[in-house]
Amino acid sequence: MLLEQLINGITLGSIYAIVALGFTLVFGVLGIINMAHGEIFMVGAFVGVMTTGVLGWPLWLAFAASIVVTSILGYLLERMTLRPLRGKKGVSHLAPLISTIGVSILLENLSHHIFGAGNKPFRTEFAEISIEIGQVTVYIVQIVIFAISIILMIGLSIWLSKTKAGKALRATAENLETASILGVDTKKIITLTVIIASAMGGIAGILVGMAFNSVSPQMGLAIGLKGLAIIILGGMGNVKGAMVGGLLLGLSETFLVAYGDSGYRDAIAFIMIILILLLRPQGIFGSKMAEGR
Amino acid sequence: MDKLLRKSFALCAVLMLLLLAACSGENAGSEGATGEQSGTLNAKIGVVSYLTGAGAAYGEAITQGLKLAQSEINEQGEVNIELVIEDSAGEAEQALSASQKLMSDDNILAIIGPTLSTEFFAVAPEADLNGITIMGTSTTAEGIPEIGDYVFRNAIPEALAIPTAMEKAVERTGAKKVAMIYGNDDVLTQSGFETMKKTAEDMGLEILTIETFQKGQSDYNAQLTKIKNTNPDLILASALYNEGAVIMDQARKMGIEVPFVGGNGFNSPQVIEIAGDAANGLIVATPWFGESEETKVVDFNKKYEAEYGELPDQFAAQAYDALYIYADALKRAGEADRELFHEALAATEDFEGLLGNFSFDEIGDVVMDVKVVEIKDGKFVEFE
Repeated sequence: MLLEQLINGITLGSIYAIVALGFTLVFGVLGIINMAHGEIFMVGAFVGVMTTGVLGWPLWLAFAASIVVTSILGYLLERMTLRPLRGKKGVSHLAPLISTIGVSILLENLSHHIFGAGNKPFRTEFAEISIEIGQVTVYIVQIVIFAISIILMIGLSIWLSKTKAGKALRATAENLETASILGVDTKKIITLTVIIASAMGGIAGILVGMAFNSVSPQMGLAIGLKGLAIIILGGMGNVKGAMVGGLLLGLSETFLVAYGDSGYRDAIAFIMIILILLLRPQGIFGSKMAEGR
Repeated sequence: MDKLLRKSFALCAVLMLLLLAACSGENAGSEGATGEQSGTLNAKIGVVSYLTGAGAAYGEAITQGLKLAQSEINEQGEVNIELVIEDSAGEAEQALSASQKLMSDDNILAIIGPTLSTEFFAVAPEADLNGITIMGTSTTAEGIPEIGDYVFRNAIPEALAIPTAMEKAVERTGAKKVAMIYGNDDVLTQSGFETMKKTAEDMGLEILTIETFQKGQSDYNAQLTKIKNTNPDLILASALYNEGAVIMDQARKMGIEVPFVGGNGFNSPQVIEIAGDAANGLIVATPWFGESEETKVVDFNKKYEAEYGELPDQFAAQAYDALYIYADALKRAGEADRELFHEALAATEDFEGLLGNFSFDEIGDVVMDVKVVEIKDGKFVEFE
């Protein structure tokens, strides 16, 4: 029971972590919360359902398709709703937040229109493969999800700290104007950030589809709120914080159900936020300096 | 100045886009009922339905059933019904304001809906106060017809359906220990759970564990692992089919093989669609048996599938019947008058609908037979 619940918790936590990585990346660079991230995640899941279910594509191609579609969405999001508002005098710093809320409503209703309401099944043979270890059944998907989330986190950390583009991104995050004076093409960096974050949302979408076999137009909202809770928990804009926060939330939700009352499952995220805001307002891994934001 | 103008223009454009997106799901139903021949009885029926949000699938099925019935009824020519459809978004407040809008229109004869029992409890007292007949087609919670004189339903109450299903399931499987799981944020699934619990206690079954979940959740592994470890003979699941199907899928993957007994909202061909083979072993009591060989059911399936490209579920079937019951009452009332219509509806007896022989009892609740069905080899079959 403990082992099974541990696996459940890690799977859920890994998914939360991947979603939170996308949130934290955009927040780190732009200082805004991308409220459309949950819906981009949902679109990624639907691309998976359509390509594997309707078109019968293999899984790797579905992943590729989902990444492509969500990247394009990320590009459009930056180009059409974020860039026009950036750096203009008199535009409230809340304006980009509001416009991403607009995008999220648009995407949710659009997919409701196209795919219809209700859950869509996500059928791949891959999701059926399992191994038995003693009494415990472990699905390959669960291992893959955990592995992908670890790879993404490490990859992202290395990319941010070692590569030129990553350094440019951090410079942009530090101070947009200074970075641009020092020769960083900030426009390009910002676009890249939003695209990478969106693609990660797409990956998470497919993984959720495979793990839980449930994809619906409304799934973005719930996971988006959780993602938000996680980055507050882990520290805004912090990659490691997103990962640890995600796993922590996934595990505590699961164990609350296992050893407590399942009715309080959704409350745990927000109880954790309240506690963290009281005890360590910058988040578990956040730095004391608020980076001017 | 110019800049300001441009900005406010852009803002307007964004707002309008949002509006467009928000509205796109509604309003499709109010067209197509304009022909005013002499001798036909014209009536406007208000519909409040769950058309946007997590449970939009239910509202969609309901309005599709209503529209199909509408076009058939209007074609027959005796009465001409116009549907005015409003969205409740699954929220009691929005359901109330939508129905207040309908009630304030003197041309509205009566109301069908809202979809959820939660919403219905907010709307029905208001309708009763205003002397407008209101009928729920999917509201199966306890205490609905008791709200007032003008309140009716044609949905089978859980208190009738669930014990029937449980008795038959226990009879065949010899189950002694049960585990329960239910949605704790919806009046319907909650009242279903209470009925299940009471029935289980009355039948002397041992309840091993009670788990809950919330609307729109997608991971049930934690609850199910807990249930699995208690080793039940039977799982009582008070869930709507959207969540229920995913629960079954995850349960079967985990190796839980015992049958599930569901409430009313769990009964839909969509369960098979979503969960596939994992749906096998679901037992429900239902007024609506889609695989039935009866000609009216087969005909309805055919027409519905031709129109909407999917098979009808009980929500569609009950809504379809509801409009026929309204049309029947309207014919007997003789004119589109709220008071006469109410009297005629209350007197409905032995109405031969799609779901079978239908009557209202003295408080406006359902009198009819229920069937117990189960999913076997990917199909609903009658439970033996």
